[in-house]
Amino acid sequence: MIVPRKKLNFWERLYLPAIAGGIKVTTKHFVNTLFRGNTVAKETSGGFYPETPWVVGAGYRGAPYLVKDQAGDTKCVSCQLCEFVCPPKAIRIVPPGPAGEIADRSNAEKMPKEFEINMLRCIFCGFCQEVCPEEAIFLQKDYSLTGLTRAEMIYDKEKLLALGGVSPGIQKWKQKAEEAKEQEMFPVKP
Amino acid sequence: MDWNFVIWSLVKILAVIFLAVMPIVAYAVLAERKISAWIQDRVGPNRTAPPLLAKVPVIGPFLISLGIFQPLADGLKFILKEDFTPAGVRKIYFSLAPAIAMIPALMTVAVIPFGSNLGNQRMVIADLNVGILYTFGIVSLAVYGIVLAGYASNSKYPFLGGIRSSAQMISYELSMGMSVIPIFMLVGQLNLSEVIAYQAKFGWFALPFMASEQTWQSYVLWPCTFLSFFIFLVAAFAETNRLPFDMPEAETELVGGYHTEYSSMRFGLFFMGEYAAMVAVSAMMVVLFFGGWTLPFWRLDQPATSIPMGLAHIGIFMGKLLAFMGLFIWVRWMLPRFRYDQLMDLGWRKFIPLALANILVAAIILWATTTTK
Repeated sequence: MIVPRKKLNFWERLYLPAIAGGIKVTTKHFVNTLFRGNTVAKETSGGFYPETPWVVGAGYRGAPYLVKDQAGDTKCVSCQLCEFVCPPKAIRIVPPGPAGEIADRSNAEKMPKEFEINMLRCIFCGFCQEVCPEEAIFLQKDYSLTGLTRAEMIYDKEKLLALGGVSPGIQKWKQKAEEAKEQEMFPVKP
Repeated sequence: MDWNFVIWSLVKILAVIFLAVMPIVAYAVLAERKISAWIQDRVGPNRTAPPLLAKVPVIGPFLISLGIFQPLADGLKFILKEDFTPAGVRKIYFSLAPAIAMIPALMTVAVIPFGSNLGNQRMVIADLNVGILYTFGIVSLAVYGIVLAGYASNSKYPFLGGIRSSAQMISYELSMGMSVIPIFMLVGQLNLSEVIAYQAKFGWFALPFMASEQTWQSYVLWPCTFLSFFIFLVAAFAETNRLPFDMPEAETELVGGYHTEYSSMRFGLFFMGEYAAMVAVSAMMVVLFFGGWTLPFWRLDQPATSIPMGLAHIGIFMGKLLAFMGLFIWVRWMLPRFRYDQLMDLGWRKFIPLALANILVAAIILWATTTTK
């Protein structure tokens, strides 16, 4: 598609209307900020950054954390899809293996033995959240992650679960268990 | 050898560089950051403070919120950073380029009359009879710093920046040089002190309305001299690589242009060179079009006879110069960058014909008014 370029008239080609507009806009903002103290920081979060942290909007993609379901069980089933999709290879999962610990939820097969996100590598792209079939990992609102060593910036499973909190989403496995129970109780007429 | 002259010249050079140009450069950077912040609804640097200053009531927090100490911290940072030389650069040109970018800007200041007299010393470092020719000669050297930096860096973005700057600066130097010809046709001399003396008598070239000797010639010629000023102003933006003509730097498309590969104080020299060039060009505009150190009332247009008057003249000159610096900074945050072809079009097809026509018209008016007198 070719967008037709608007033909400028002589007055516009002198650049003067654009310059006048520029003077108007910049003066307005200059006066507003300098003499009335209106700044973006004050409008959006009520103060300046280190003292008053910035309030992020809905849909902000911060650090990815693991979440628990309403019953307090780990939602992750160690399918490793996020590990495979992660572009900077920040996620490392150790599955429990055949003789490993059983999952928190009685009918889920497994949960990760170890789950690590290297926050120094993470690029906050949100692919892990997008790919997760269990809705177990979410990009949350933390944007200022700091640590004194590299090791400190590798978040393990416990830390991720503690930071992630509880997901308000649907409980797929609980529903499955209830359905199975109803199947058992289904009255079969002789 | 006249030792008196040598010593006084040295004193003047050191005073101009270290008491005027360098502080203005440092605080122009701060002003740039503060003004850009205010225009963009931010607050700008407001944290840097030496120890214990915050404890001083009222004045301390006020100075800190203005960021008065930021330039000191910036300078310290530049000096302490690692001076990294990338592999594959042409080392001699690479280290020479920042100096070449900085020196012409400082050399231009030598012929600027920044005041009338202090005692029996004239407030100009070198009162050359070919002042303006010297200035244009030196200003055209500034392009070498940028071209050499672009060439020596062995990297594509600096190279593109270098090419652009050579094209841009050469184009705009033409219209800049031609724009001032009407001024010198009027004055009849190339000495900048004489230009100021003429303006003190017949009114500033940009605004000839409050002259001590009102002549209808200066009113008739006002459109010409004002057009001269306008072309000079636009060319000055292009010569100092400031937005809307900062093609060589063009952060958004060329990373940083010619100084992409530079770090530490070498980058600092480019940075200071840009602001020093702004100071030099502002001083040129004040001298050529706004009457230098004169003001058309309270007898401030006569050379000073006492020390306070001399200081007042220096103050007037500084005030005008800072106003131009403010204009430079404000325009950077007001106008978007021109496209490269628009820039060349404006330079070659608009300003050069306009400047030539201006010379012709001014010459005709001058001839007509002087022969009918």
